[in-house]
Amino acid sequence: MTWIFENWERFWEVTAVHLRLSVVPVLIGFVLAIPIGWWASRSQTARAILFPFANVLFTIPSIALIVITPVLIGVKILDEINVIVPLVVYTVALMVRAVADALAAVPGNVVAAANAMGFRPLRRFLTVDFPLALPVTIAGLRVATVSNISMVSVGALVGLGGYGQLFTEGYQTDNTDKVLAGLIGTVVLALLADGLLLLVGRLLTPWARVGR
Amino acid sequence: MPGYAERVKVFGIYIQGGPIGVVVTTGGIRRVIEFRAVTKRFEDGTIAVDELDLTVEAGTITVFVGPSGCGKTTSLRMVNRMIDPTSGTILVDGKDVLTVDPPTLRRGIGYVIQQAGLFPHRTVLDNIATVPLLSGWDKRKARTRAAELLEIVGLDANFGKRYPAQLSGGQQQRVGVARALAADPPVLLMDEPFSAVDPVVREDLQNELLRLQAEFDKTIVFVTHDIDEALKLGERVAVFQTGGHLAQYAKPAELLSAPANDFVASFVGRDRGYRTLTFLHADVPVHPVTTAKLGERVTITDWTLVVDEENRPKGWLSGVDGEVEVAEKDLISGGSLYDGTTLRGALDAALSSPSALGVVVDGAGAVTGVVHAGDVIQALAKARAAGEVPK
Ligand SMILES: Nc1ncnc2c1ncn2[C@@H]1O[C@H](COP(=O)(O)OP(=O)(O)OP(=O)(O)O)[C@@H](O)[C@H]1O
Ligand SMILES: [Mg+2]
Repeated sequence: MTWIFENWERFWEVTAVHLRLSVVPVLIGFVLAIPIGWWASRSQTARAILFPFANVLFTIPSIALIVITPVLIGVKILDEINVIVPLVVYTVALMVRAVADALAAVPGNVVAAANAMGFRPLRRFLTVDFPLALPVTIAGLRVATVSNISMVSVGALVGLGGYGQLFTEGYQTDNTDKVLAGLIGTVVLALLADGLLLLVGRLLTPWARVGR
Repeated sequence: MPGYAERVKVFGIYIQGGPIGVVVTTGGIRRVIEFRAVTKRFEDGTIAVDELDLTVEAGTITVFVGPSGCGKTTSLRMVNRMIDPTSGTILVDGKDVLTVDPPTLRRGIGYVIQQAGLFPHRTVLDNIATVPLLSGWDKRKARTRAAELLEIVGLDANFGKRYPAQLSGGQQQRVGVARALAADPPVLLMDEPFSAVDPVVREDLQNELLRLQAEFDKTIVFVTHDIDEALKLGERVAVFQTGGHLAQYAKPAELLSAPANDFVASFVGRDRGYRTLTFLHADVPVHPVTTAKLGERVTITDWTLVVDEENRPKGWLSGVDGEVEVAEKDLISGGSLYDGTTLRGALDAALSSPSALGVVVDGAGAVTGVVHAGDVIQALAKARAAGEVPK
C-alpha cells in the first residue's frame, strides 16, 4: 500500500490513462452496438451471421488482438489506438448480443400498440423500444465496462500506459507493492464504474422496479 | 369521485370548446367503414380473410365474433393498415385507406389492444397523452386532456402518476381505452379489449363502453370470441367462420332468431332461446304488490315486500301470523330486479324471487309492482306466434 501514497502523482497519472483507455472504447463500442444490435433483432439472417462472428472474436486472446492491430490498421506500435480498437471490437461483440436480445424482448403487444398509435419507426425506436431495452442493455454495458477495465492492463505489454505498467514495472523490479497498487487500482476502478452504471441505470428506468 | 353522469357532463362542456377549449372535437363527424371484396393471404399461403364484404355503420358498435383464427384481428388491422390486404378495398368515410400514409391514418383511429399493451416505462398520464403528443399538441395541453380522459374512464386522478405495472388488469384496460380516445378519433378499433379481466370487471367495462358510445357517438369495431359479449355490445354482429369467411352479419336478435347456417346456430349456442328473451320487449302485466316499511306494524297475510323510505325494495316478509313490527332480521332477501326492459329480465326476476313474484322497479329503483313467471311465458308464446323467437 505504501507505494500508492509515496507515488501519489504517478498513481493518478496511471489511473487517468487507464480510465481513458477503458472508457473510450466502451462508449464507441456501445454507440456502434445499438444499430448493429437493432439490425440483429430484426433480421434472422443478421443474427445468423453476427452472433457466431461475435463469439469467434471473443475467443481471440486480447494480447493477440492488441499485437496484430497495428499491422492490420497500420498505426505506430505505441499508439493508444492499438488498445482502443481491440477493446471496441470486444465491446461491440458483447453489446450486440445484449442490445439484440433486449430489443427482441420488448413485448409484442407494446410494439403493436405503438404502431397502432401512429409512431414512425425512428421515434418508436428512440422512445419505446430502446428505453424498454435499457435494463438489459445497461446490464450488458456493466459487463463490458468491467471487462474492459481489466483488459486495458494488457496494453502494458505493448508499452502503453495504465495500471498494466505498474504490473510490468513491479514485476521487473521485484516490487510487490507496486504490483499490488496496480491490482487495487484496477479493482477499485471496476467497482466504481460498475456502481456508477448501476445508479445511472436505476435513475433512467424507475419503472423497472415498480409493482413486481 | 363524481358519478358517471357528472363526469360526462364535464366532458360534454369540454368538447364543445368550453372552459379550456383545447380539444379538437370531431363534432359529430360520423365515419363509415366499408370492406369491399377484401382478401388477405399471408406469405405462407394462409387465407386469413376471404372476400369480405361488409359495411360498418357510422356511430355504431359493430362486433366481429368468431372462433380463434377466423381472421377477426386481421380484418381489424387492415382498417388502420397494420396489415394491408392482398386484394380488395377498405374505405373509411369513402376514402381508400391505402391512399393514406399509415402513421397519419392511425393517429385518427383509436386502437385498443388485447391486454392493454400500455407502455410500461411511461406513467398512466403519459400513456394516455401518447397520440396527442404524436400529433404535435403541446405538452401541457396533452396532459390536461389526459387527466380529463382518466376521469372519463372512471379512474381516480392519482392513478395518473403510476406506472402500468402498478395497476390491476381492469384498470389497465380502462387506461387503454382512455389512450385510444385521447385525440378524440371518430373511429375506434378494439381487439378483445376485455378478455383478460374477470367477469365482474368485464361487465363493468362493457357497460362503461356502452355509455361512452351513447355519449360520444363513435364508430366502433369491437373484436371478441365471446358470443355473449358480442350480443350485448353489438348493434350489429359479424360472425366469422374459420377460413376467414363472413358467415352472417346481422342484428343480435336476428342472429338468434334466424341463424344463417348451422355454424352460426351452434356458435350462438344451445340456450339461444333463453338469450332471445334479451331482445324481446313484449308487454308483461305488472301487478300491484303489498309493501311495508321497516318499523311499521302490519298484519302479514301473504308475501309482503319491504321497502325503504324511497320505496326501494329491501326484502320479503312471509310466514308470520297476525300483526308484527317489520324488522330487518325477518327479511328474506329478494331475487334480481326487473327494470321493465327485456323479457329475460322479467323471467329472471320472477324465477329468482323467493315469492315467485318478480319485483319491478323504475329508473330510480323504486318499486312499481311485480310480474308473474306465467305472464312472461305467455308473452313468450305471443312473441313466438309473431315469429320473433327461434324455432
Ligand atoms: N403474420 C401472419 N403470417 C401468417 N399467418 C398469419 C399471420 N397473422 C395471422 N395469421 C393467420 O391468419 C389467420 C387469422 O388470424 P387472426 O389473428 O386474424 O385470427 P383471430 O380471428 O383474430 O383469432 P384469435 O381469436 O385467436 O385472436 C390465422 O390462421 C392465423 O394463423
Ligand atoms: Mg385476434
